[in-house]
Order: sequence, then structure tokens, then C-alpha cells
Amino acid sequence: MSAPVLKLVAQRIAMGLLLLLAVSVLIFVGTQILPGDVAQSILGQSATPQALENLRRDMGLNDPAYVRYLRWLGGILTGDLGTALSTGQDIASSLKERLWNTLFLAFGAAVVSIPLAIMLGLLAVRYRNGVVDKLISGLGLASTSLPEFFTGYLLIYFVAVRLQWFPSVSTVYEGMPFGERLSAIALPVTVLTLVVLAHMMRMTRAAILNVMQSAYIETAELKGLSPFQIITRHAFPNAIAPIVNVVMLNLAFLVVGVVVVEVIFVYPGMGQYLVDHVAKRDVPVVQACGLIFAAVYISLNIIADIVAIVSNPRLRHPK
Amino acid sequence: MAKRPVDRSGLLLDIRNLRMEATSYPPGEPPRNVVIVDGVSVKLERGKVLGLIGESGAGKSTIGLSSMCYGRGGVRITGGEIVLNGRDLLKGGPRLLRQIRGREVCYVAQSAAAAFNPARKLMDQVTEAALLHKICTKAEAEKRAIGLFKKLGLPNPEIFGQRFPHQVSGGQLQRAMTAMALCSEPDLIVFDEPTTALDVTTQIDVLASIKDAIRDTNVAALYITHDLAVVAQVADDIMVLRHGKRVEYGDTRQIIKEPRQQYTNQLVSVHHIPHEENNPTDAPILSVNNITAAYGGGLVKVLKNVSVDIHLGQTLAVVGESGSGKSTLARAITGLLPPIEGKINFSGRVLSPRLANRTRDDLRELQMIYQMADTAMNPRQTIGTIIGRPLEFYFGMKGKERDARVAELLHKIEMGKGFADRYPAELSGGQKQRVCIARALAAKPKLIICDEVTSALDPLVADGILKLLLDLQKEENVAYLFITHDLATVKSIADAIAVMYRGEVVRYGPKSQVLTPPFDAYTDLLLSSVPEMELGWLEGAMKNRRMASAGN
Repeated sequence: MSAPVLKLVAQRIAMGLLLLLAVSVLIFVGTQILPGDVAQSILGQSATPQALENLRRDMGLNDPAYVRYLRWLGGILTGDLGTALSTGQDIASSLKERLWNTLFLAFGAAVVSIPLAIMLGLLAVRYRNGVVDKLISGLGLASTSLPEFFTGYLLIYFVAVRLQWFPSVSTVYEGMPFGERLSAIALPVTVLTLVVLAHMMRMTRAAILNVMQSAYIETAELKGLSPFQIITRHAFPNAIAPIVNVVMLNLAFLVVGVVVVEVIFVYPGMGQYLVDHVAKRDVPVVQACGLIFAAVYISLNIIADIVAIVSNPRLRHPK
Repeated sequence: MAKRPVDRSGLLLDIRNLRMEATSYPPGEPPRNVVIVDGVSVKLERGKVLGLIGESGAGKSTIGLSSMCYGRGGVRITGGEIVLNGRDLLKGGPRLLRQIRGREVCYVAQSAAAAFNPARKLMDQVTEAALLHKICTKAEAEKRAIGLFKKLGLPNPEIFGQRFPHQVSGGQLQRAMTAMALCSEPDLIVFDEPTTALDVTTQIDVLASIKDAIRDTNVAALYITHDLAVVAQVADDIMVLRHGKRVEYGDTRQIIKEPRQQYTNQLVSVHHIPHEENNPTDAPILSVNNITAAYGGGLVKVLKNVSVDIHLGQTLAVVGESGSGKSTLARAITGLLPPIEGKINFSGRVLSPRLANRTRDDLRELQMIYQMADTAMNPRQTIGTIIGRPLEFYFGMKGKERDARVAELLHKIEMGKGFADRYPAELSGGQKQRVCIARALAAKPKLIICDEVTSALDPLVADGILKLLLDLQKEENVAYLFITHDLATVKSIADAIAVMYRGEVVRYGPKSQVLTPPFDAYTDLLLSSVPEMELGWLEGAMKNRRMASAGN
């Protein structure tokens, strides 16, 4: 790689880290603004002022906000996410497995949906404005328009209850055989795929169609290439940057936005965990989850930016 | 190698009674059919070169592409026959078309810069058609490509193919495109204005290498251009087209020496506008003194110590190839690129270097006309609004007074006042440029900077614009700074000439003096590169050159 590319990539990564820092401030400030404090939550409404004061002093809640923020940030940087109020458990250790589960589900959905979306996008371009294109677009839009709880319950009723192909409750546990694990997540993966498919497919189609207007597409046509060769060899390489961008946005959604799907299928992931603790007003857990989601979101977008930089021949091979 | 049918008669391409149509969608009207090509027949024998010539909209490119059965932008072939190597392409279906495209017929586009895929290496693109049609192996194709790079005079032919399109110059890309067409050893190449977008000094190189390549490979060619002098250098026969119909057809000597049709005659005698040189008046209206300008915070000097004067009612032509600093000089004068050294006197006062610090009168008295009239106008404003804008802005004119002045200006540019309610999209290229002239005149300027104003226009239309500019100069006593790379234009309209080369003025003075020998090496190169309507001019010019063009 050449120097300008390395410089741009380094800039993007530095920007991402800076952004993450800003987000951590926002999360911290946001949870501070909420009424009530941690000591109150722990001791309940009937606590005496003296008991509250003692607990506050013990937990360091009387320190200025920036000290508490730095303490929290320092903890995160050393892998200590704090302790859950409701259960008293270490957040980092209970999050680890759930994060892994969520990533597994997201990865499963990504493996199915990304190639499928890009293939369908290419097909839609190849047969643009024809029956195939309209069918793909129509079905894609329909599947996106249906809310995931609806498709989720629909699948549970037909595929799990009636046909009994896959379990309706996606229980996974440590040491579960890989095959069973896959079978357990089959339905949530399907739902997630249906949700993100159309967006990526439509953007792939639009990005490639945009490139198809270029003069070099005519050159390719006049070389005698078949329509599909033109799309894959000449149009696709020039449409990578916008496609990767939308793919990464959807990947981020797969990690961050799976809350509803996890609840429907009782899947032990981050979303479930977050929802449970929001209900219990467990601020440290909410903070930790928020920060992890932000980190995932930002790093996926950094990857999209880097791919866009690296896929640009003008940056990769300067004059 | 797969077999291809061979017509013993030597006839390669036989287009009979070709008719091509497109559907146009005029704003606010129902769609209608437009005939682009009407009953044209073309016969081409093996190894021969036919020039197709005419102004834009004549159907030259459309006919050229029809040899590959390709209609650009929704153009349909609605009648006639296209017989290539003894087969009627119109009856062949898409499979046959894919077989002949890139194998029997190849295409060289006007803008090679746009016709190459930016994401792929040149070698992959040059050899793609040969590999696709299984004409040879990858190693053979690359060897052949390197040989062609060498023959076409590309630098470092061994490694040239490893580069990406953005890494090489426009002239080199144009030659690479010719190599791409030759790589699959086709029977016919369609050259679609292959040198039009290039500087004259680069054009002559590319033209010479195309001519050599045609001679050495014995490929037949359709050579499309609007420049008769260019096509006279390469073609055996010439067909003159207008409005999709054939005007005249004959061998090259006959067309340029004894044209039989009035229209052909016009094309032959284009660029002969009589213009008497004016002598400088006492004080110049604009005086550029030792200007140095740079991009990148003073790092890249693009103008070095430039001094020129322009007198009221006269024209200074600034000539040079692309990158010589012509347009940068205009940017420095207008204040868009404040010079780092030197000063500019205008109308008896010193102009502030920065645009933001100039008075409204400075802005009014110094107007600009651009190369692309299309992009210089707001497509959603009517012509009346566009021309009326400077009237409102500088003179506070409103209502009837403004409309009357707009009508007067439209009359000056030889367009009726009915145009005031039209939109730019409804106008032809020449009309759009006239509107831009009217808009500049509306401000009652003392100096108009004309930046390549005729480069994008057909020769006859360009001539009309130049005549108009000269007439307006007499009426309004306005001075022009005329930036161009076209020396024929310069000869027609200039009173003084400044030749620029790499940011410096290398030759400057009254027209008669600048165009009289002895020349410096660069001016000689520029002058000798302008194609002349003479058979064998190209060979003579290449032999007598003293320096190579900067594009290489």
C-alpha cells in the first residue's frame, strides 16, 4: 500500500477513536441526566438519607462528574465494565457470552443476506425494468416493510409449530454442538435476512446502475462482452464503495438492532440483556451495552470507509 | 483461431439504405420519433479508410457504430441492411453481435479517458477482447499489446500496461485505446473523433501513430471527425454528412480540392475570417505586470512572471497547450486565484488581488464567457432571466425597462426576442454560447475574458460565434482576452498574441509579428501542428518538427 492510503486509513481510524470517546461522554452524561441515582436505585424509596449518603460516599458518587467519568472510562479501558446493580454480577463476564451469541447470530444473518442481496442486486440490474427486476424489488420491499415481530411470529407459527422444522425458541448454551446451534438460530437468521435484504439489494442495484451510465460500459459492450460479464467485470468493481457502505450499515443493524428479534425468539443475546436491565433501571449495564453498540457501529463504518479508500485505484496507485 | 467468413470480393462492410431513429422527449410535448440517419449507404473494402465528416447531429458516430449494430442512447436501426464479411448483422441476433464486436470490428472512442474503466489496469483492458474471443492466449495477447504500445510510441511499453488509466495522460490513453482496438486484429476499426479532445501538439502525434498502425496492420477503418483537415491526412475516401443524409462522397483529393456541393465547400473554407490587425492605442485597459501565481500554498507555480497588455476594443489571444497556464491567467485576472507576486492594472486603477475585495464596478467591467455554455447557465432559468440578471444586479433595472434591454441584447446576438421565454435546454450549442455572450455584454464590460469559447462547437457554428464577437467588439468597443488552443481561431480574430508554455509567456507581440518567422521552438511546434487541408501535410509536419510536444 502506498503512503497516501496509509495516511487516509490512519486518519479514519483516529477519527473513529475520537468519535467513540465523544460517544462515551454522551452516554455518561445521558445517564447522569436521568432522575434518581444509583444509590437511590439500590436502596429503594424507603432508604434513609444517612444510608444514601454513606452508600454514595462508598461508591464515589459525591466526586465531581469528570472524576467519575474518568474512573468509568479507565475501568472500561482495563476491561472492567462495572457491576450490575440488579444482580451484583460483574458486567464484563456476563456480557461476554451474550455478546458472542449476538455476534454469532449477526454473523449468521450476514453470511446469508450479504451474498444473497448482492446477487439479487446484480440480477436486478441484468434484467432491469423487466419482470425479474420488478419481482425482486417487490418481494424485497414487502419483506422489509413487514415488521420483524410480524414475520417472526409468522415463521414461528408455520415453520416451527406447524412444520416443526426448527425450534421456536432459540436457546443456545455453552458447549452446544455447532449443528444444533445453527438449527437454533435458523429462524431468527431468516427474519433478520428478510429485514436487511431489500435495503442492500436496492442499493447494490442503484450503485451499479449508476456506474452503467459510464462510457467504459459502452466500451465493454463493444468488446462483445455479455451483459452479465459487463456487470461483474466492469460495473461492480466501480460500485464497491457505495455497496460496502450500505452493507456495513446493515451489519451494524444486525448487531445493534436485533433487540426485537432476540426477544421474540428468547435468544440469549445482548439485546435481551439490555432490555431486561433497562426495565430494571440498571444504569451501569445500560452504559456498558450502549458503549459496546457504539463501538460496533463505529468500527463497521470505519471498515466501510477503509474499503472505499482501498478500492479506489486513484488512491491506491497515485500518479 | 476460430474461422471467420471471408468475402472474396474484398468488400468488408456494406451498409445499404441505413435508417436509424430515436424517440425524443421534448419538454411539455408528447414524445416523437426523430430520424437520425436517413437512407445512407456505405461501402468499405478491406484495408481502406473512409472518413465520415460533418457537424454534430450529422449522424457520423451513429453510422460508425451501426457497423457493430450498436445504437447509442436508445437509437434504433429501423431500416436497411448492414452486411459485414458477408453476413447481415440485423438478422444475426445478439450472439452474432457479441461475436463480431471486439473481434471483427473494434471501436476507438473520442474520450479515451472516459472509455477506460478506472478500476482496472490498462493491460487487462487492452487484451480483454482478444482473450474473450479466444483469439490467442493471455501471454500472446500481452506480447502483442506490448508490441502495439511500442509501435504507437507509448513510453516504457514493457510496463505501460501495468498502469491504471488515471496514471497516464490523455494523449497516451487515446493511443492505448487504439492499441486496444488493434489487439484483437480486427478487420475494421471505427475511430470516433479520436484526436478531437487533444491538444494540437498531441493530436499530430496520435494522428501519425494511428496512420502508421493502419498502414502496418492493413486494417480497414471508418474515421469520424468534424475536422476536414484531419481526415484528409488518413482517409482514402471521404463521405460528407449533414442532418443524417449523405451530402457528398468522393476520394479525399476530390473532396478537399474540388468539392462539388456548397456545404462541402463551406467546410473546406472554414476558418477564413478576414480581420485587420489593430495597432495598440496609447494606454492599455488591462495591464498584467509580472504576475506569479501558484497552487498548494505557493508550492506549485503555475504562472511565472507573466506580463501582458490589452487595449480597449482589441483582442489579445493567449495560446498554448493544456497545462500551459492559459486558464490560470484568467483566474488570476478575475481574482479567483490571487497572484502571489505582481499587480494588475485595470482601467487606470490597481485591481485588488482577491475577488472578495473588488468593487462592484471592477466586477461589472470584467466579464467572462466559458467553454461549456451548458454548465455556465442555470438550466431552470429562462434566457430572459439569465440575461436580465446582470441588468438587475449592476444597474437595478426592473420590469419593462429590463425586458426591453434583454430584447435589445438578444437582437445584438442575432436571436429573436421570442427566445427570452425559452430554457437553455431548448437551445443549440451555438445559441447557448450566444446567450452567454449577451449575458456578459449586459454588464457593459470593458473587458471580456473568453475561455475556449468556441472549442466545444462545430467549425461552422464556431465561425459564426467568432464573427459575432468581432462585430460586437466594433459596436461596443470592448476588449477581449481570448484563451484558446486553436491557432486558426487566433489568426482570425487576434490583434496581439501571447504564446504560453509551462506557465511562462514565451512569445508576445502584435499578431503579424508573432506569426512571422523566425519562430522560437515552441511557437514553431504549435504552428506546425495545426492540420492543414493538404494531402501529405502530416508526413511533412512530422519530419520538420524541432521539438516534441509536452504531452509526452
